[in-house]
Amino acid sequence: MRSLRMIAAGVAAVTTFGIALSACGGSSSVSVVDKAKNDKVLNIGVKPDQPGLGLQSSSGQYSGFDVDVARYVAKKLGATKINFVPTLSANREAFLQQGKVDMVVATYSVTPERQKVVSFAGPYYVAHQDILVRANDNSISKPDDLIGKKVCSGQGSASGDRIQELYGSKVNLIRLPGYGDCVNQLLGGQVQAVTTDNTILAGFAAQQQNQGKLKVAGTFFSNEIYGIGLKKGDSKGVAAVDKALQAMFNDDSWRAALSKELPQVPAETPPTIGKFDIPFR
Amino acid sequence: MKEATVLYDAPGPRARRRNRLLALLFAMAFAAAAGWVVWALGQKDQWAGQKWMPFLQGDIWTAQVIPGLIGTLKAAALAAVLALAFGIAFGIARLSTHQWIRLPAGAIVEFFRAIPLLLLIFFASYAPGVLTNFTWNPTALQAVVFGLTMYNGSVLAEVVRAGINAVPKGQSEAGYAIGLRKGQLMRLILVPQAITTMMPAIVSQLVVLLKDTALGTIIAYDNLTSKLSILQNLYTNAIPAAIVIACVYIPINLTLAWAATRLERRNRRRQITGTPAEP
Amino acid sequence: MINFVSSEGHLILLAFWMTLKVSALSAAGSLILGTVLAAMRVAPLSVLRAVGTLYVNILRNTPLTLVILFCGLGLGSIITIADLQTTNYFWLAVIGLVTYTSAFVCEVLRSGVNTVPLGQADAARSVGLTFTQTLRIVVLPQAFRAVIAPLGSVLIALIKNTTIAAAIGVPEAFYTMRNELQSHGDIVIPIFAGYALFFVVITLPVGLLFGWLAKRWPVAR
Repeated sequence: MRSLRMIAAGVAAVTTFGIALSACGGSSSVSVVDKAKNDKVLNIGVKPDQPGLGLQSSSGQYSGFDVDVARYVAKKLGATKINFVPTLSANREAFLQQGKVDMVVATYSVTPERQKVVSFAGPYYVAHQDILVRANDNSISKPDDLIGKKVCSGQGSASGDRIQELYGSKVNLIRLPGYGDCVNQLLGGQVQAVTTDNTILAGFAAQQQNQGKLKVAGTFFSNEIYGIGLKKGDSKGVAAVDKALQAMFNDDSWRAALSKELPQVPAETPPTIGKFDIPFR
Repeated sequence: MKEATVLYDAPGPRARRRNRLLALLFAMAFAAAAGWVVWALGQKDQWAGQKWMPFLQGDIWTAQVIPGLIGTLKAAALAAVLALAFGIAFGIARLSTHQWIRLPAGAIVEFFRAIPLLLLIFFASYAPGVLTNFTWNPTALQAVVFGLTMYNGSVLAEVVRAGINAVPKGQSEAGYAIGLRKGQLMRLILVPQAITTMMPAIVSQLVVLLKDTALGTIIAYDNLTSKLSILQNLYTNAIPAAIVIACVYIPINLTLAWAATRLERRNRRRQITGTPAEP
Repeated sequence: MINFVSSEGHLILLAFWMTLKVSALSAAGSLILGTVLAAMRVAPLSVLRAVGTLYVNILRNTPLTLVILFCGLGLGSIITIADLQTTNYFWLAVIGLVTYTSAFVCEVLRSGVNTVPLGQADAARSVGLTFTQTLRIVVLPQAFRAVIAPLGSVLIALIKNTTIAAAIGVPEAFYTMRNELQSHGDIVIPIFAGYALFFVVITLPVGLLFGWLAKRWPVAR
């Protein structure tokens, strides 16, 4: 027949198949517990661009509170080696479903929508939306002080959405791709406040190049409940990770990690394992 | 001595003096502008050593820049192969004598060229997950490659169509005269000759494709441009980082563009020396 | 879906209007700067030619995403254009788009200049016109007419490229679409279709218009 057209059609079909297969192709449904025990290696998704929580240094090393939690849990599960996979917010569910990571410890707020597709262990921290200002700026200490000011938040973030819902156009808001960009604007005097989770803000404030220049206002206006994401249905994994987290709370390494990586965050008590529904008061 | 060109005479002595004066004035103006930019940046602390020093350390290159570049090249290579296949398939389809092939192919190609590439890439990364209740979640790489393939494939389809049409009519007529069918004609005679004439345009499109991988930054695909945010988080050096990253892109694209020009020149030479065979 | 249109309709229209504003201003700026650059590249002074060539080679080989991020995050951290932040970043995006697109306008025009027959410039010189006069009165008008179709392609590409301004917070079509998708996950396809349709409705007529203009103002050879 028209061989060239058949070849072309064949190429197109194979290509589409290939793309589809590579998309749907998940890994085997092995629990993270077994993977840690048998392979001794875990792939853990963490943020690469949030100082104090998950930050990749220029040499490729990861550090931060989420990273410390990940290391502790992995060790308790029996893994001796961890491959940290840089995971941005948009990739968290996709990476878990495709088996690219075995668990996600990346400022992963637990929401009902996410609970439909991901199994969460923990929670391991309850963060709150907060405001970051320059150290010598005393004009902003509560959310209402943002009215009329220039504020920066992240695109697609719940915190930015909340400011728009609460204040609409009364706040001069701009949403940039990353919090590092917002902090840069704050330091340069282009904006007066940055708003997102207090943990993220504290991480930036504690960075060496920002020492003494920034402060977290300490005014909370939501609950962001951080959990460890696992592949949907891995109840064995959830139980094991919960046990590891409880141990981390008990032997004080949780508090130590927190004060080391996020010094500007006030001391908190560890959350109750398994309780994801914490209404904000 | 300066020569005459289309637009201006060969300068005589007075013109030369005036040109030298003008050149001096313009040079001073540009230098002043550049100097002002340097000073203004300095006022905002952009020349601070801590913003530029990291680039002298090896590990920022091995841990950030090179992996970013690999991400860019990986997406570009995959998309290039698929876009070429798509382009050839749809270019030929648009030349089909069957309306039921030609018109849909035309509609598809026109559609993908009319909508922004960013929209396409975002759709590919977002829609499948939402529609299948998150059982099908394409990675950022897959979404970027899909978008690049569809868009550049459509542009290449037009290039292929033009290239095949540019093959001298005598070739098709001779092919039909010896009894070839349409498909054989395409495969044996038209496409091979068309490809050599199309190579410069194809390579130019590769430059576009490589640059468009940067759009993946907006859906969190790890490529060279996305390193800008990471570097900024580490060192608060958006401007120096952007300059360094641009300095990685520019030589690569210049090389591709130079290859395209070389191919075009070789084509032109070949056409001039392509004399018909002696009887 | 009807509820969606009635409740968010005005936001969508504002987004479309923003896209059109960015496109129009960037197009005007690119045309002006592109013409200046083209003039520089064919000028008798090697200083001008060098700067023009350097500019074009840098901008044509850098991704637009990087240019816009540079303008928004880099420039934006050291200069302020407007008090209202969305306006501020609007102008930064326009600067980025103009900087990038003018390089392409310059190259298109330059190829147009090369198609103007030698005789035209010869005649211009023989009646005593200077370089700038030749360019302004004789060569550029014909060069423009010769490259109307490619200029149309550059304009269409510009209109589509305005979506990248979303990266620095400009509330144009893509930015708004992304927000709406996240809050209205049940009507994903209609939303995409609507925004895609908007761009098709804008770009296809522009392409047809420029094709018609090219036929209407053919350059005699």
